[in-house]
Amino acid sequence: MGKVKNSPWLLHYDGSSCNGCDIEVLATLTPLYDAERFGIENTGDPMQADILLITGGINTQNQEVVRQLYNQMPRPKVVVAVGVCACTGGVFKDCYNVLGGADSTIPVDIYVPGCAARPQAIIDGIVKAVELFQKRSDRHDRYEIEQKEGGNANG
Amino acid sequence: MGKRKVVPFGPQHPVLPEPIHLDLVMEDEKILEAVPNIGFVHRGLEGLIEKKDFNELIYIAERTCGICSYQHGMGYTETLEQIMGVEIPDRAKFLRSTWSELGRLHSHLLWLGLLADGFGFESLFYECWRIREKILDLHELTVGARLIFSVNKVGGVLRDITPEMQKTILETLDVVEEEVKNIQKTFLYDYSVQSRLKGIGVLSLQQVHDLGCAGPFARASGLNLDMRKLGYDAYPYIDFEPIISTDGDCFARCDVRTREIFQSIDIIRQIFAKMPEGDIAVPVKGMPNGEATVRIEQPRGEAVYYVKGNGKKLLDRMRIRTPTFANLPGLLETMKGADLSDVPLLILSIDPCISCTER
Repeated sequence: MGKVKNSPWLLHYDGSSCNGCDIEVLATLTPLYDAERFGIENTGDPMQADILLITGGINTQNQEVVRQLYNQMPRPKVVVAVGVCACTGGVFKDCYNVLGGADSTIPVDIYVPGCAARPQAIIDGIVKAVELFQKRSDRHDRYEIEQKEGGNANG
Repeated sequence: MGKRKVVPFGPQHPVLPEPIHLDLVMEDEKILEAVPNIGFVHRGLEGLIEKKDFNELIYIAERTCGICSYQHGMGYTETLEQIMGVEIPDRAKFLRSTWSELGRLHSHLLWLGLLADGFGFESLFYECWRIREKILDLHELTVGARLIFSVNKVGGVLRDITPEMQKTILETLDVVEEEVKNIQKTFLYDYSVQSRLKGIGVLSLQQVHDLGCAGPFARASGLNLDMRKLGYDAYPYIDFEPIISTDGDCFARCDVRTREIFQSIDIIRQIFAKMPEGDIAVPVKGMPNGEATVRIEQPRGEAVYYVKGNGKKLLDRMRIRTPTFANLPGLLETMKGADLSDVPLLILSIDPCISCTER
C-alpha cells in the first residue's frame, strides 16, 4: 500500500446476500482484524462515503436501492464486491429473482472471492480500494487545478 | 393532537446489518403504526429445487442464512433422512448437536454485540465480537470454515471431532465462560444499559402466544417453548431446562440470551462427557419418496422444514419457515406507541435475520 493522504469512509450495503459475508465484513471492522487501522471509517451515510462494500447479488427489489446509493456517493468513488454472490451471483445465479452480480447494476472495481469471504480477503480488497481511491482522488484534484488554470488563462 | 406523518426507516440504515424497510406512521414522537415492506433479500431459493438435486440442495439450504447456516443444513438433511427412513449413528447425532450449540454461542454473542451497538455502547460491541472470534476459531478447528460448514450429508456427518479437538474446545469454552461472565455484569447490572432496555417493547404472555412468536423472543415473555425438548439428535440424553423470563421487555430478551450462552456451554460439556464411539455416517441408497416435516430450535427460535420428494433426483417441494418470520408480527406489535429513538432497539430485540425470512 502506497502513501495515503486521505482517510476514505466506507459504506456497507447488503444486497441479497445470505448474511455470511455481511457479518464477515462487520468482523473485519472489529478489533481482531481491525480494518480501521488503514485509516478507513465505517459510516452509514452514502453522501459521506467514498468506498461502497456490497455483499450479495442484485435482485429486482433492491436494484433501485443499490443504484440510488451509488449515485448519492460523491466522486471519486470505489466499489468493492464482497463474496461470490456479489461477484457473479454465486449459488443463487439460477434463482428466478436474482439478476446477477453487483456489476449488473453498478460499475465494480474490485472483486473479493469466497463463500463466505474470509476477513483476510476482505482486508485485501479494502487495501486495494484505498489505493485505487487515492489514485482517483489525485487525478480528480489535478483535473480541478487544470480546469481552474485553464479558466484563468482564457479569462 | 399532533400532525400525522410517515417516516421511512431503511432499507439502508446504520444500525441494520440487513435491509428491511418500515414505514412508521408517527404522531409527534410516538409511533402509531409500522408498515413493513420486505423482499430486498428475496432470492427465490426454494425455487432451486427445479435445478439442483436433493444432495446439492443441502449446500443451498445452508446458504439460507450465514449465521444459523449449520442448523439450516441440518434441518433439511434430517427431513430427508426422515423421508428415506435412515437412522444415523449415535455419534453423528452428538456431533450435530455440538455444532448446533457452537452455532448458538456465536449467534448469541453476535446479537449481544449488535444490541450494544444499537444503544451506542461501542466498546461493549467490540468486546462481544472479540469473544465471538474464539468460537469461530473452534469452527475452523473442527470443520475448516468460519461460517458455512457444509459438513452434513444424508446419513450422517462428514467430519469427526477427535478427543484432542474436544480438549481444545473445552479449554476455549472455559475462557469464553469467564469472559461472558464479565460482559454479563455490564449488560445486566449497568445503570445506563438498564435505563435503555427496561420497560421497552413489552409484550405479555397472551400477546406472544396469540401472535405465534418463537424462540428467545417468546421465552422472554414467559412462553415455555423450546424445540430441543422434542428430543431430536443428542438432546434426549442432555439435562437442561428452557430459560424463561417473565418481564417481556428488551431487558428480559437480553437476559434470556445471555443465560442461554451459559446453557449452551454446559450442553457442550455434557455432550463431550457422554459422546459414544462408533461410525459417523451410514451409507444411503435410493431417492426420497414421500413427505416429512421437521422442527428444530435455531438460535432465533423454531424453524420448520417441509420436503416432498417423488422418488426422483429433483424434489417436488422444499419449504422453510424461519423464526424471524414468526417474530415479525410481534415486532410490529411492540412498535405501537413506542418512541422513534427506540425503533433500532426494538428491531434488534427480535434478533432479526432478514435473509432467512425472505430466502
